[in-house]
Amino acid sequence: MSVLVFAESSEGKFKKTALEVTSYGKKVAEQLGTNLVVLTMNSSDSSILFNYGAEKILTVTNDALKIFNAKLVANIVKQAAEKESSQVVIIDSNANGLYFAPMAAANLNAGFASNVIALPSVTSPFTVKRKTFSNKAFNNTQILTDVKVISLAKNAFGLVENKVSGTTEEFSPVLVDSNLVSTSIEQTSGKVTIADADIVVSAGRGLKGPENWGMIEELASVLGAATACSKPVSDLGWRPHGEHVGQTGKPVSSNLYIAIGISGAIQHLAGVNSSKVKVVINTDPEAPFFKAADYGIVGDAFEVVPKLIEKLKEFKANNA
Amino acid sequence: MKILVCISHVPDTTSKINFAENDSKFDSNGVQFVINPYDEFALTRAMWFKEKQGATVTVATVGNAATEPTLRKALAIGADDAIRVNAEALDGFTVAKELAEVIKNGSYDLVLAGKESIDYNGGMVPAMLATLLDFNFVNACIGLEIEGDKATISREIDGGKEMLEAKLPLIIAGQKGLVEEKDLRIPNMRGIMMARQKPLTIVESSNGKATTSIVSFEKQPAKSACKLVSADNLDELIGLLHNEAKVI
Repeated sequence: MSVLVFAESSEGKFKKTALEVTSYGKKVAEQLGTNLVVLTMNSSDSSILFNYGAEKILTVTNDALKIFNAKLVANIVKQAAEKESSQVVIIDSNANGLYFAPMAAANLNAGFASNVIALPSVTSPFTVKRKTFSNKAFNNTQILTDVKVISLAKNAFGLVENKVSGTTEEFSPVLVDSNLVSTSIEQTSGKVTIADADIVVSAGRGLKGPENWGMIEELASVLGAATACSKPVSDLGWRPHGEHVGQTGKPVSSNLYIAIGISGAIQHLAGVNSSKVKVVINTDPEAPFFKAADYGIVGDAFEVVPKLIEKLKEFKANNA
Repeated sequence: MKILVCISHVPDTTSKINFAENDSKFDSNGVQFVINPYDEFALTRAMWFKEKQGATVTVATVGNAATEPTLRKALAIGADDAIRVNAEALDGFTVAKELAEVIKNGSYDLVLAGKESIDYNGGMVPAMLATLLDFNFVNACIGLEIEGDKATISREIDGGKEMLEAKLPLIIAGQKGLVEEKDLRIPNMRGIMMARQKPLTIVESSNGKATTSIVSFEKQPAKSACKLVSADNLDELIGLLHNEAKVI
């Protein structure tokens, strides 16, 4: 028996979500009275996972896995789960995790719950709380199969240090064939992505035109934040689709979300209300976003944002 | 080319979400149902292949008779025929197993779906279908071209995109970018009239066993009131974010 976690690495280094799923997996293993096994692929040094509770690390090293292929990874997870007799398999909610987790579940003939936000409330029947109705609600879901696969929502559990002295084992799974071929990857380098950002600065139609985004980018840069936008802004082509956050855009679950010139339509709020703290800056005190926000400023973005940038620069200089 | 578009019948994006029977069921009272927005991107791309490349387009859903108006809407947009698997959509895995039977029986070359439904947000049906059928699969798809039996696909990754190539048969889980918002279609009167004559086949369920079960729902907890800060006192805002919220 065991709990199996997949810890994703990129260019040999673990992502923050990998440490988060490991932290979470350790607690689930404790609840079940079993051990945590963490599966890694092509990571240079896995010892950091011991700090978050990994009792056993399975390392797979294979050049064929340098470029992510969901079918291959889903099949390796299946082999690892079978080898370790895992009752629960836990995967993160990055783009790759969301891609292969349901494939792994189908491989294992396992019930699957995505968007899980808390530890199981009961382990028998295994019951987890997950986000549903596009963040407008939650449901408590029982997984009825012997093996259970869950995806942990980002930033839902956090990192919990839990140092153990574990072991590392080389694992050489069989690689299945795939004729799905990756031909190129384009990545915006040097920019914080919405998926990974602790802070997201987002702006809407209140900014009047794409030429006014300079101050949004500057504010984001001062805060080390990612930039985002509302749906109308991306529909108008003022900003790329990749920045659209909301019900049909990207979900945001950052620590801080700053909404500038966004009124707060129900669809927008659904996509961003998993963020822990929300700040709204809007000229209209009746804007629905004020009902969803923690802190608000009624004011003109063109006056408030430049001042806020200056004040934050002073704050950063004093707190460096 | 034979295309199947998987359609989920979901509450409209503006719906207020309420629960009934001791929070054990979704309260559909007064709720307007629509084609799942992610599936609409998939359907719109399928219409493009029909018009430009002569593909035939079938739409399918798993659900009771209440889902038929949603299928008729897809027919009014231009799909050729529809299939309803007469079963309760118990969970994503069960739905995938039902749809896998439909795909085997119809020998489709290309299966298009949305990457998730906006009600249960499972995000699992297309991936599970691909695994059950051993088809190629791309999630979070933002671009798709087909030439002969070769597909060129792009998918969204964290902070960028990846280009891929695959042979048909292929399953795609789409999102915005697969087509643009402005390309989405509203059925016109002629389409609505024609949709009434188009075949809607009802297929009996293969009676799969649920792998998960929702025991209860909870709404988002009520929020405490927003603290308003004067636009002339931004130091106060920074102080609150630093000392109280501890996020900067």
